[in-house]
Amino acid sequence: MKQSMADVKGAISASPRQDAWRRLKKNKPAMFGLAVLSVFILLALAAPWITPYSYSGQNLELGASPPSTGHWLGSDLFGRDMLTRILYGSRVSLAVGFIATAVALVIGVAWGATAGYLGGRIDNLMMRFVDILYALPFTVFIILLMVVFGRNIFLLFLVIGAVEWLTMARIVRGQVLHIKQQDFIEAAVSFGLSRFHIIVKHVIPNIIGPVIVYATLTVPNVILLESFLSFLGLGIQPPQSSWGLLIAYGVETMEEYPWLLIFPASVLSLTLFSLNFLGDGLRDAFDVRDGGVREG
Amino acid sequence: MVKFILKRLLQAIPVLVTVTIITFLLIHAAPGGPFDEEKAVPPEVLKHLNERYKLDQPIHVQFYDYLKNALQGDLGPSFKYPGRSVNEIIAAGFPVTFELGCYALLFALLIGVGSGIIASLQPNTCQDYVPMAFATMGICLPSYVLGPLLVLLFGIWLEWLPVAGWELTPGDKLLPSITLGSVYAAYIARLSRGGMIETLSRDFIRTARAKGMPESIIIFRHALRVGLLPVVSFLGPALAGLLTGSFVVETIFQIPGLGRYFVQGAFNRDYTLILGVTLLLASLIVLFNLIADVMIAWLDPKVRHETING
Repeated sequence: MKQSMADVKGAISASPRQDAWRRLKKNKPAMFGLAVLSVFILLALAAPWITPYSYSGQNLELGASPPSTGHWLGSDLFGRDMLTRILYGSRVSLAVGFIATAVALVIGVAWGATAGYLGGRIDNLMMRFVDILYALPFTVFIILLMVVFGRNIFLLFLVIGAVEWLTMARIVRGQVLHIKQQDFIEAAVSFGLSRFHIIVKHVIPNIIGPVIVYATLTVPNVILLESFLSFLGLGIQPPQSSWGLLIAYGVETMEEYPWLLIFPASVLSLTLFSLNFLGDGLRDAFDVRDGGVREG
Repeated sequence: MVKFILKRLLQAIPVLVTVTIITFLLIHAAPGGPFDEEKAVPPEVLKHLNERYKLDQPIHVQFYDYLKNALQGDLGPSFKYPGRSVNEIIAAGFPVTFELGCYALLFALLIGVGSGIIASLQPNTCQDYVPMAFATMGICLPSYVLGPLLVLLFGIWLEWLPVAGWELTPGDKLLPSITLGSVYAAYIARLSRGGMIETLSRDFIRTARAKGMPESIIIFRHALRVGLLPVVSFLGPALAGLLTGSFVVETIFQIPGLGRYFVQGAFNRDYTLILGVTLLLASLIVLFNLIADVMIAWLDPKVRHETING
């Protein structure tokens, strides 16, 4: 928050957030990413109105057919329309991506802000806990959890979110340590505001930039993790559909029906591309580097 | 330095104990036991099986027994592969996974560091954009997409390389290693580019240039040592990722490694096998992180000073 109250009156310089948005708009790859992502999200939401087919409806007489006017992206072994399966798969994969990131965001910000603001022994203890969790082989645990408690999609959200919050907590803590020393926090303390109030109302709004940046870069990781699990048969279960699941099926039959692999793989890769471009663009726009605000 | 290593080794103990406890509890919280699926086992046989594998004992006794044996290097018998011990299964699968991981890492380091350095020498030119575009592509093509595409292209359409197997036909190790290593090559390229660009703008490089040193010595002897630090600290997590990532690659290429046993063990509720593999992976990850830290302490004069004096 380098812009002070005086700048707001001057109306010459915008708020940091508007500033960042202006810089982001100039970044072509990032805007491309944002556009692709928006289109995919809209298509996923509008799936029932776009295709006349259902994602599980089989047509065994048709079987696997190449792209045609009736089935734009072809159909799979059971005669299910690929476009429909990919659209409904997008719903699942994107939902996992965003919801699990939100879970990670809430835990990570709360944990990191508390540790950073309170400091001292509590900080030390909380961050040591994060260090220990960091060393655990989480992918292995996630696989275990999915096997033990059944392949439940809500569990998937929680578990992935519970893994991804660690880095968020570290980044937030670093930011809070920096913010804590600034005058306006001292002012808030001298007003006699409670710690909870200061953290929620004054500290967290000021670290929103790096949090947005890191959250954007977390979404592709989560999507990757979900499709990794679904690929191994441990995530989303048929007849439900997700990108990882479609790719797994595509791999089995790629020799005869390569379109069953190529279409879902392209959609997944394009989404990951877009999210990475957008994340990098946001990082430049907010001027964030390695989880810390650049000086000067 | 010895003190630093010892301290880190001591810190590893609570991590490993936590891993064992969590895994142990998770597996025992699972609905259904390892002998459920076998069709209608008579109650007396089930009782005998449970006695033999000590499943009738209270959980803390089981845990204590397991920990005691594990510390002596005995990970117990497998539940699902009769007559085989977990040690034997690991001994059969781990060398394959390890070899695959080493090749993948080698590929990642060669390609990643190489293209990272090339990109960093002329930032924001073609020489920078082309390798970095490939790096972004590598990050966005996970192994379960890249692997099948490579098989489709080189194995099926061009018929240059075998599509699956391990040590069966010459050249069958190439595609799995590239598949597993490509994502890490991409990350390493980005990290080494960033590190090198930052290092090349530092004062000691300017001093070296001012003294008229040849550019190759400046880059390889002075800048690399500092510029590659981010890569070294990435190696710990990267190796951990290579080990778990090989689950997918082993599935695609039908490689008889640890990953395949683990995934099957998880499906079959083979308690002891899962526990053993998890413990092994956790120990390796802790070890890799330790080695990465030691290497950083050795390479970075700033950190080296702190670890020796502090």
